[in-house]
Amino acid sequence: MSAVLAERGLGDRLTGLFWRRPNLLLLLMIAPPLIWLGLVYLGSLAALLLQSFYYIDEFSGVVVPEFTLKTYVELFRAQNLDIIFRTLLMSASVTLGCALLAFPIAYYAARYARGPWKAAFYLGVMLPLWSSYLVKVYAWKLILAKEGIIGWAAGVTGTTPILDAVLGLPFIGGNSLSTSFLGTWMVFVYVWLPYMILPMQAALERVPLSMLEASADLGASHGQTFRTVILPLAMPGVIAGSIFTFSLTMGDYIIPQIIGTSARFIGQAVYQLQGTAGNIPLAAAFAVVPIVIMLIYLHLAKRAGAFDAL
Amino acid sequence: MRSDDGRQGASLALRIAAIGGLLFLHLPILLIFLYAFTIEERTYAFPPPGLTTQWFGVAWNRADIWPPLYLSLKVAAISTLLAMILGTLVAGAMARTRFFGREQISLLIILPIALPGVITGMSLRSAFAIMEIPFSVWTIVLGHATFCIVIVYNNAVARMRRLSGGIMEASADLGANAFQTMRYVLLPNLGSALLAGGMLAFALSFDEVIVTTFTAGQQSTLPIWMLNELVRPRQRPVTNVVAIVVFAVTFVPILLAYYLTRGGSETAGAGK
Repeated sequence: MSAVLAERGLGDRLTGLFWRRPNLLLLLMIAPPLIWLGLVYLGSLAALLLQSFYYIDEFSGVVVPEFTLKTYVELFRAQNLDIIFRTLLMSASVTLGCALLAFPIAYYAARYARGPWKAAFYLGVMLPLWSSYLVKVYAWKLILAKEGIIGWAAGVTGTTPILDAVLGLPFIGGNSLSTSFLGTWMVFVYVWLPYMILPMQAALERVPLSMLEASADLGASHGQTFRTVILPLAMPGVIAGSIFTFSLTMGDYIIPQIIGTSARFIGQAVYQLQGTAGNIPLAAAFAVVPIVIMLIYLHLAKRAGAFDAL
Repeated sequence: MRSDDGRQGASLALRIAAIGGLLFLHLPILLIFLYAFTIEERTYAFPPPGLTTQWFGVAWNRADIWPPLYLSLKVAAISTLLAMILGTLVAGAMARTRFFGREQISLLIILPIALPGVITGMSLRSAFAIMEIPFSVWTIVLGHATFCIVIVYNNAVARMRRLSGGIMEASADLGANAFQTMRYVLLPNLGSALLAGGMLAFALSFDEVIVTTFTAGQQSTLPIWMLNELVRPRQRPVTNVVAIVVFAVTFVPILLAYYLTRGGSETAGAGK
């Protein structure tokens, strides 16, 4: 009696081959996705870098494919630096706003929500995370419009003077909420909030209960336990969340275009330069800025141990 | 005892802040629904001066809405299919074996979604410019499939890690070849995770606007149509009707994906 089964065809022969050479199967599986990501994605990133070292001929408006640093010199003009600093300031304040708003939600979901409430909190954060970005932005256009619900609520409650005073503030104020930096900031915070809650919650869930008990046993008040035990242990989660809120704000051009002032952000500069202006090299150079900033940010976040919280 | 923090209820302030935060996440979307019924078509006046259902009929008859809808569905379908194939393949390779460059590959998969959309969009735009590729459905698909791979990958790899290697060996011991094992053992076990990943990818692609504006040229997907209406509004309630459609087309698959994978450590949608 033969211990070896008869081969039934090509499938069996290939199976034998994969068994003898497991790396061949691995290679066959990983090659198509790697070729796709390598060609389409890394190839495009390389094209972006390449374009940023080209320049545009001022008279003909044609891109000249010659290596030059001219475009980067242009990038560092005062007006462009303004755009970069404005974007960074917005990203930082959005991140701060998200962290403050997210903390109670994440803390409650991690420590107190049980059973159906746990599921409700999970769905309650996940659904807004995934639901349509444009629909969310549009909802805020309705809310922040001069004749919209906030203006109406202020009128009904008699707080219109307070709203006007806030809008009268220099720099963040404006004609109405939908045409002010304050409005832009509110929409950014709303849209990216779930990205902050989820990693924060994950970090808080890993804080062992015994540590809080030990802290209380050693005589710490609730406030002290919070400051010296919970907050430091939640920090990697906050930093992980901040990677998303910072990076997403920095690259967004839809929100400031729809809600905000005419002052531009990096994303808007990239979009307008490649579109109406036709200056692809400068647009590419602008797009390199968020990449460099995110690489620095990720490096610092890694040193702070944020990747264990992802 | 006050120190028994874990079993004690949350303070009132924390409870209000947490529930208030959740409401803050959900209430704005309800306004979209309300404004689809307003009779006021020139401003966003609140409260609406009157209610009507006429805008659904108007939207149905607007010829400029249907082609973007078809294009969005087409792009989302093709991108999801591509992402499902590529994402499953890479998950299969990454789940069980350790090899040189594994960390770099996982970074490469996540990068398209970790970097801001403007970068992915502008990179593709630069590449199309250098290679003189004209805009088409496929230039949109190229971008969408790239950032959808990671969604399918995340779902598939989580399920594969949970799957016991024993069942594959058992299948081989019973005389199945690699293809039979895949068809009768692996795919049925992966099925719901792949479906969930595919649905999330579909929702993501259907709704995507930032990368698309760089790769679409003159073509208009439904989100691009919406964006144009937001910048230059006409018949504002019609935009709300379309917003409801976009919301529904993304919401239903997300909810299904959740129910397909809930109860495990791999619930879909934990990260985007």
